[in-house]
Amino acid sequence: MASSESYPDDLKYHPEHDWARIDGDEAVLGVTWYAQDALGELVHYEAPDVGSTVSKDSSYGEVESVKAVSDLISPLSGEVLEVNAKVVDAPETVNDDPYGDGWLIRIRMSSPDELEQLLDVAAYKKVLDEA
Amino acid sequence: MKLIYEKSQAGRRGIGVPKPDLPVPEVPQELARKSPPRLPELAEPEVLRHFTKLSTRNFGIDTGFYPLGSCTMKYNPRVNERIVGLPGFANLHPLVEDDAAQGALELEWHLQEILREVTGLDAVSLQPAAGSQGELTGLMLFRAYFKDKGEDAQRRKIVIPDTAHGTNPASVTMAGYELTPVKTDARGNIDVEDLRDKVDEHTAGLMLTNPSTLGLFDENIEEIRDIFHGVGALMYYDGANLNAVCGISRPGDMGFDVVHINLHKTFSQPHGGGGPGGGPIAVRESLEPFLPVPVVVKDGAGFRLEYDRPKTIGKVRAFSGPFGVFVRSYAFIRSYGPGLKEMSEVAVLNANYILARLKEAYDLPFDRLCMHEFVLSARSLKKEHGVSALDVAKRLMDYGFHPPTIYFPLIVPEALMIEPTESEAKETLDEFVDAMLAIAREGAESPELLHDAPHDRPVRRLDEVRAAKNPIVRFRFEQHPVEQLPVEQSAGARQLEAQKGA
Repeated sequence: MASSESYPDDLKYHPEHDWARIDGDEAVLGVTWYAQDALGELVHYEAPDVGSTVSKDSSYGEVESVKAVSDLISPLSGEVLEVNAKVVDAPETVNDDPYGDGWLIRIRMSSPDELEQLLDVAAYKKVLDEA
Repeated sequence: MKLIYEKSQAGRRGIGVPKPDLPVPEVPQELARKSPPRLPELAEPEVLRHFTKLSTRNFGIDTGFYPLGSCTMKYNPRVNERIVGLPGFANLHPLVEDDAAQGALELEWHLQEILREVTGLDAVSLQPAAGSQGELTGLMLFRAYFKDKGEDAQRRKIVIPDTAHGTNPASVTMAGYELTPVKTDARGNIDVEDLRDKVDEHTAGLMLTNPSTLGLFDENIEEIRDIFHGVGALMYYDGANLNAVCGISRPGDMGFDVVHINLHKTFSQPHGGGGPGGGPIAVRESLEPFLPVPVVVKDGAGFRLEYDRPKTIGKVRAFSGPFGVFVRSYAFIRSYGPGLKEMSEVAVLNANYILARLKEAYDLPFDRLCMHEFVLSARSLKKEHGVSALDVAKRLMDYGFHPPTIYFPLIVPEALMIEPTESEAKETLDEFVDAMLAIAREGAESPELLHDAPHDRPVRRLDEVRAAKNPIVRFRFEQHPVEQLPVEQSAGARQLEAQKGA
């Protein structure tokens, strides 16, 4: 069932409601609790191809609910190493667990210095307060 | 309510089909069906009552107020139907020669002239059958124009604000362009500073709805025009909100080069059930050579369909377009006569009246005078009481109103987009406002009442997610086996017997 509102401290955030979990030169990307709550239960995840490149602030795919189709904005640039097949099969996994099983792609970062431009949890919560 | 298949009783008949008095043609064995079709079997009054009952469950502009933002659900005057039913229009074959269709061509020509005047542009194609097709046609004209100038390879980008209708980015992609999104500023206008950074010699043009989907007229439209025309790019006007400005301001005068007109919205057609619609486009002189064919031209005292346009992008629809739509819209416009401006003035007045009465009870993201529609937000209700825009919309149905558009435009959280049109009396507007105010109070006092709404409709809250993931779009015969009658009584056997004739 639906998860409750949370924003983990260990993640980096993008103001378009996307998160990144950094592990060495790799990053796992997903959408925040706020994003899945605003969209409602997801019915489709249009994922990028493994091996394709994503660039910071650009769309790398789409998620669709009965309300709207929303672009997935990449917080970082890099190459797609893996797509979460579980979310492709069951998009509502994002609603159930946006920071865990509901991750969307894993990338190898091409410009790690972009990390400095991302928000920490306090700064992201400020974005939400203004939304 | 049962489906008609569920009401079926094996062997029951509404009518007795006489035996054919002509020889029955032989159907080759391999083409003949092995079993009779499973048609519902009912008597005539049962069929009549079934469909009459279904019709009473429909909601339309003829049964109630329908403030579905961006859709312009105005009243469709009955005189339109009378005119379109005249035998000379209704029975006209699309393949007759021009000299046998002079009245129809004259009507199309006059409609073209009126749309030129309303948009402030030079030439019109009536062909596109919907706003979205008008958009695609318009962008194909952009490409033809730049190709003719040798700039098609250079100009790849179309700029679209984040308030745009979803059809705009779709049309951009369909036309083979790349999308450049631009932000909205704090007053609800295009963010001109963001725009300046994004427009250059690679830009083919802008697509803009003005007034926007926020119901706001862009205050910087002249500056925006200078930015685009300054780099040789074109401007496309999404005419979805033309109902706000007819006879008051013209897209051509604002600098737009191509405009589509939603005849089914601004100029009245029944369109809640999916059409047919009409999306003619009007263009500046520089784009006229590329228009789809045929175009209706006046030739001496008569009218003809002109196909000889060497630079045309070709046809975008069969014949000259959705003709019945032209007749209704022409009848509507001529009924107004010179008072067409009043249509838009009253549409804007009605919207501002509702806005003024509701803006304390709901959030108003952009506090300005609106045009023909406006966008409220249920953001505070959601934060404080857990009541969403969807809950408000569902509850409105209990009060007998069609809900407004919700969750659009995307930049407003918990959006409620309300467009009353010019058709409604003040009493109706007041009843709607009173219902919205009552719902805001209910949301604060008893949120459950809204979560469970609608309470008083033929069906309760529908499971939209399940409908999207697991749609059932046909009767599943395989789950309903045929009731076996003795062979000599079975409907199938009798039917096949009857078909064999004497």
